[in-house]
Amino acid sequence: MNFRAFFEPKTVAIVGVSLSNDRHPANVIYYKNHLRYPLKVFPVNPKGGIIQGERVFTRVSEIPDKVDLTVIAARAEHVIEIMTDCARAGVGAAAVISGGFAESGRRDLEERLVAVAREAELPFIGPNCLGIFSPARVDTFFLPSERMVRPEPGNVALISQSGGILVDQMIKFAGEGVGISKAASIGNKALIKETDLLNFLAKDRGTKVIAFYVEGFGRNEGREFVLAAEKCPKPVIVLKAGKSPAGSRAVSSHTASLAGDHEVFSAVLAQHGVVEAENEAELLSFSQSLSCYRKSIQGRVGIITGSGGHGAMAVDACAARGLSVPALSEADQAEIRAELSISAQPIAALGNPLDLTGSGLDDDFVAAASHLSRTPAFDCLLLLLLPYIPGITADLGARLSQVYSREGKPLVAYIPHVEKYRMLIEGFQLNGVPVSHSIEGAVLMAEALRRCRPC
Amino acid sequence: MPAVLNQRIRDILDASRERGWVLEPEAKRLFARAGLKVPRSRWTREPAQAVSFAQRIGYPVVAKVVSPRVLHKSEAGGVALGIDGDEALRAAFERLSRIEGFAGVLVEEAVAGLELIVGAKVDYQFGPVILLGLGGTGVEIYRDTSLRMAPLKQRDVEAMVQGLKAHQLLEGYRGSEPVNLPELTGLLVRFSRLVMALEGLVESIDLNPVMCTPQRCLIADARIMLRAAGSEAPAEPAG
Repeated sequence: MNFRAFFEPKTVAIVGVSLSNDRHPANVIYYKNHLRYPLKVFPVNPKGGIIQGERVFTRVSEIPDKVDLTVIAARAEHVIEIMTDCARAGVGAAAVISGGFAESGRRDLEERLVAVAREAELPFIGPNCLGIFSPARVDTFFLPSERMVRPEPGNVALISQSGGILVDQMIKFAGEGVGISKAASIGNKALIKETDLLNFLAKDRGTKVIAFYVEGFGRNEGREFVLAAEKCPKPVIVLKAGKSPAGSRAVSSHTASLAGDHEVFSAVLAQHGVVEAENEAELLSFSQSLSCYRKSIQGRVGIITGSGGHGAMAVDACAARGLSVPALSEADQAEIRAELSISAQPIAALGNPLDLTGSGLDDDFVAAASHLSRTPAFDCLLLLLLPYIPGITADLGARLSQVYSREGKPLVAYIPHVEKYRMLIEGFQLNGVPVSHSIEGAVLMAEALRRCRPC
Repeated sequence: MPAVLNQRIRDILDASRERGWVLEPEAKRLFARAGLKVPRSRWTREPAQAVSFAQRIGYPVVAKVVSPRVLHKSEAGGVALGIDGDEALRAAFERLSRIEGFAGVLVEEAVAGLELIVGAKVDYQFGPVILLGLGGTGVEIYRDTSLRMAPLKQRDVEAMVQGLKAHQLLEGYRGSEPVNLPELTGLLVRFSRLVMALEGLVESIDLNPVMCTPQRCLIADARIMLRAAGSEAPAEPAG
């Protein structure tokens, strides 16, 4: 099965377009792709007709072009017939947006749909999903463009069972400046499951990190997934919902009682080098960090700050996450102090955290970061940058990024995310250094590197 | 059928299917067939046979009730530990024989060591998983366990031991001798392969305790919960 048709189609059919209700999901999908994407888009409705001056085809097999992707947003009871027609027309792939299948008691309908698609070797995503978002290529979400927040094109692939969670994550990724390569909501995942997309994305050149939101795996599906993830040369991140213990099934062995669903899930993911995110914040920070760095670290953090309080909070957050903050030797401290500006030199505290104080200048941060980058006691640097300190300029992000490209030791930064500090933030992000809007988030980015197996 | 799952092992499981779990002596026979180590024991309904077996292997011994009605022996008063002579054994036998569903007594050599639990569960999402933890009756109080998907490799076992809060107890803590880690590793690796072969037949297994010393690791008690007859798949998690 060729998944390219999902993410890089040239021709798209939208089935279910309404001639009377312009707010119908199929119409939203039709307009946005027709008007804003480099695609040939064909509206389909059994009644035919004209929509906005374009011919409406009565069925997919009537379309003269070969259709790469069909988006089906018609009522559930019509979907099997539509899929059969798509098979006849040689469609490359389908996204079934329609609900009304297993999730509402019609498992039979879903099974018949799968049988038709399997027979025709026609891969489909869904049903009961938002489908595909592929930056600058195609968008099957039935959400008007002006309502969506679209992340920049980037290298994180996001796959989610839930469409709502996917849209929310995209908003958060956009807010934090993390770009995505491809996104898909897979809904009931009747045919195409997480593992299929993992195997596809493992080979996708535009994707460096693969992140999943999973509600649950089918029987033994989790086993297939972790075995595929272990072989995948890219970091795989999973956020699992539904961690509370499932009901109170009578359990007659100690093992069954101790090995609850969530305990097993976490342990098995860790065993296979999959990075488990506990919540959305972790998913975001881990994705951001692993999209910048492919390095696995032990987690010995050097902290550079302009405020003692920020340093203390970062030390606590590191300790809570199993990262160490080793002391800096007297000799190293003396060498760094000798390089500091006259304003910071007498008052800086350099034990680790290295507090350059509110009198620190750009040059002081660069000198400290360069020195720690060459100190083997540390394998990651955490920069707590407070842009309101008078000696810090908007150039510092780009300058510190150069320290990374020169020395090769991963840097993660904390900067408050407000519009006026954007130049400083972009100085890092455009140069491949991840920035978080919280201290905790920056520490999570370091933790991701510790938890990721060597790739 | 995998080589590890020979006909005798199958027979033991088939004979227990209706009950839903395997009696301790039968379970131990099964594990012994699969190459795992169990204490010397004798399952008998005759007090005289119990005594002669105990005399042959030497006291102290342990006596445990065998009953299809008793899944949790300790809770039913079905275990007598530290029996040091003929008279004590006869008394224990007499007491155990009054337990509901009495089907004999398992007389066994008393083994000492660090009490671990080795377990298995056929998980709905991941198939067979293996558990290692601090064992004994307090296992669900301490909840100090490591889990891995089967089959296990040697390095999985190392990581499982390291993942226990009590790993120092296994490695020799404050003058105590370490347990035999190669023995423990062998037990876990072999057990995990057996569980892979039993995937379609069992629901979960407790080996609790496994008694570990610097010399050996013995399965001192074993419980095999079978998959309900006619059910092809592990239960789908509720909710």
